[in-house]
Amino acid sequence: MSDLQTATLRKTALFDLHERQGGRIVPFAGWAMPVQYRGIVDEHNAVRTGAGVFDVSHMGRLFVAGADAERLLRRAVTYNVAKMREGSGHYALLCNEAGGIIDDPYIYRLDATRFLFVGNASNAERDLELLRALVQPGMDVELLDRQEQTVMLAVQGPAAGGYMARIIGPEVAALPKRACTELPYMQYKLFVSRTGYTGEDGFEIATSPEAGRAIWRQLLAEGVEPCGLGARDTLRLEAALPLWGNDIDETTDPYEAGLGWVVSLDDGADFVGRDALVRLKARGVARKLAHLKAIDRGVIRDHFPVMHDGEAVASVTSGSFSPTLGVSIAMAYLPVALAAEGTELAVDVRGKRVRVVVVPRPFVKSDNKQQTADSKG
Amino acid sequence: MAASPADRKYSKEHEWVLVDGEAATIGITDFAQDQLGDVVYVDLPEPGATVTQFEKMGEIESVKAVSDLFTPASGEVTEVNQKVVEKPELVNSDPHGDGWLIKVKLGDAAELDKLLTAGEYDEFASGQGAG
Repeated sequence: MSDLQTATLRKTALFDLHERQGGRIVPFAGWAMPVQYRGIVDEHNAVRTGAGVFDVSHMGRLFVAGADAERLLRRAVTYNVAKMREGSGHYALLCNEAGGIIDDPYIYRLDATRFLFVGNASNAERDLELLRALVQPGMDVELLDRQEQTVMLAVQGPAAGGYMARIIGPEVAALPKRACTELPYMQYKLFVSRTGYTGEDGFEIATSPEAGRAIWRQLLAEGVEPCGLGARDTLRLEAALPLWGNDIDETTDPYEAGLGWVVSLDDGADFVGRDALVRLKARGVARKLAHLKAIDRGVIRDHFPVMHDGEAVASVTSGSFSPTLGVSIAMAYLPVALAAEGTELAVDVRGKRVRVVVVPRPFVKSDNKQQTADSKG
Repeated sequence: MAASPADRKYSKEHEWVLVDGEAATIGITDFAQDQLGDVVYVDLPEPGATVTQFEKMGEIESVKAVSDLFTPASGEVTEVNQKVVEKPELVNSDPHGDGWLIKVKLGDAAELDKLLTAGEYDEFASGQGAG
């Protein structure tokens, strides 16, 4: 991109490092972000077999703090955060009154009164507004938007733990899956969690720009692969992790998206959308987010029609070539009758019929014990 | 980006043609493969098919994008690079060599005058960089 094209976009505190590293910069959710450095497939494979690092500073980072932080979040999201232990993270959904998905944040409980809410870049402002609107007079809760002041890195892959132990400390490598902690690094404070959005073992770090830049440089000097949004997308799709805006949005509900496990209906919290979700659950789903693997050659991409008996029955919500499997993979909302594993359908790839079969999720299963298949970052 | 080989001619659609008598070998340029990224499929015409200069002859797909292939020279397809069909990444690793796409029997050598020299092409491509 030219300087003129990036001028109106937001830049992370690592932007100059990406440019110097040869990152190809593209606009994404209002940010100028690297889509790739060496190449999507090389970066993808590095995360599956070794370790890669992503700048995910475009993600929303909202600290929710105060005696009523838990109460506010119980009202805001579908998952009951009261069940979360201190020093742990969990996937959650922010729904509208009709049960549609406004965002799918990852929430970390730092201690009894402090949470970190990590939402999608495109939803960061809206998430803040929605949470703010739920604050009742007299509630002891503060919303601190830390997207500008901090950076966020995702260090992912089976070798990530070793690099983190060397650069940050052995206590980090001992973190259990989905746990989080705060610890010092030089004169800075780090937030570190054992989570990610790739299906592999990995870590996410939120910290000051200075510390983030130092860690990024050190990881690269040690041989960790710098990765862009292109590999982030192929990795999360292979792990069958939904992407908000593609696979889930306000027109989809948690049950048809296969995310009923993130909706806590039975423990008393009256969160936004609860009544609608009770009704939706009782009614049962008419369509289901299904996972499709290609039998034929051809790259399946977003929005391509899914065909059955010559009729378009769905539209691909996410589709890509899978570097690990060597064929295309895709997700689409199929009528329940067509969503059973083993069902054969076709995708219309610019007039060419590419046969696909419904497969279980994930498409690619990491053999790592620390796999974080339900997390996102 | 290294200078394009001077032994062949180039189209503004980022294909090259290397002529040896009546036979011509056709591929995509280093610039094109770099812009596309990891190539995962190529869809090429069958041997015996006739292709027409600057018209679509196939498709090339990378992980992120699909692009039409336009032939820089008219003629009858005599050979398709099966190695590239089976290992499309050859287009990335050796676009001007083992990553060639098709060979044709030239229909009209005069039409090659409409193509660019290596120097002209490199200047053209440098104005197109998106990265």
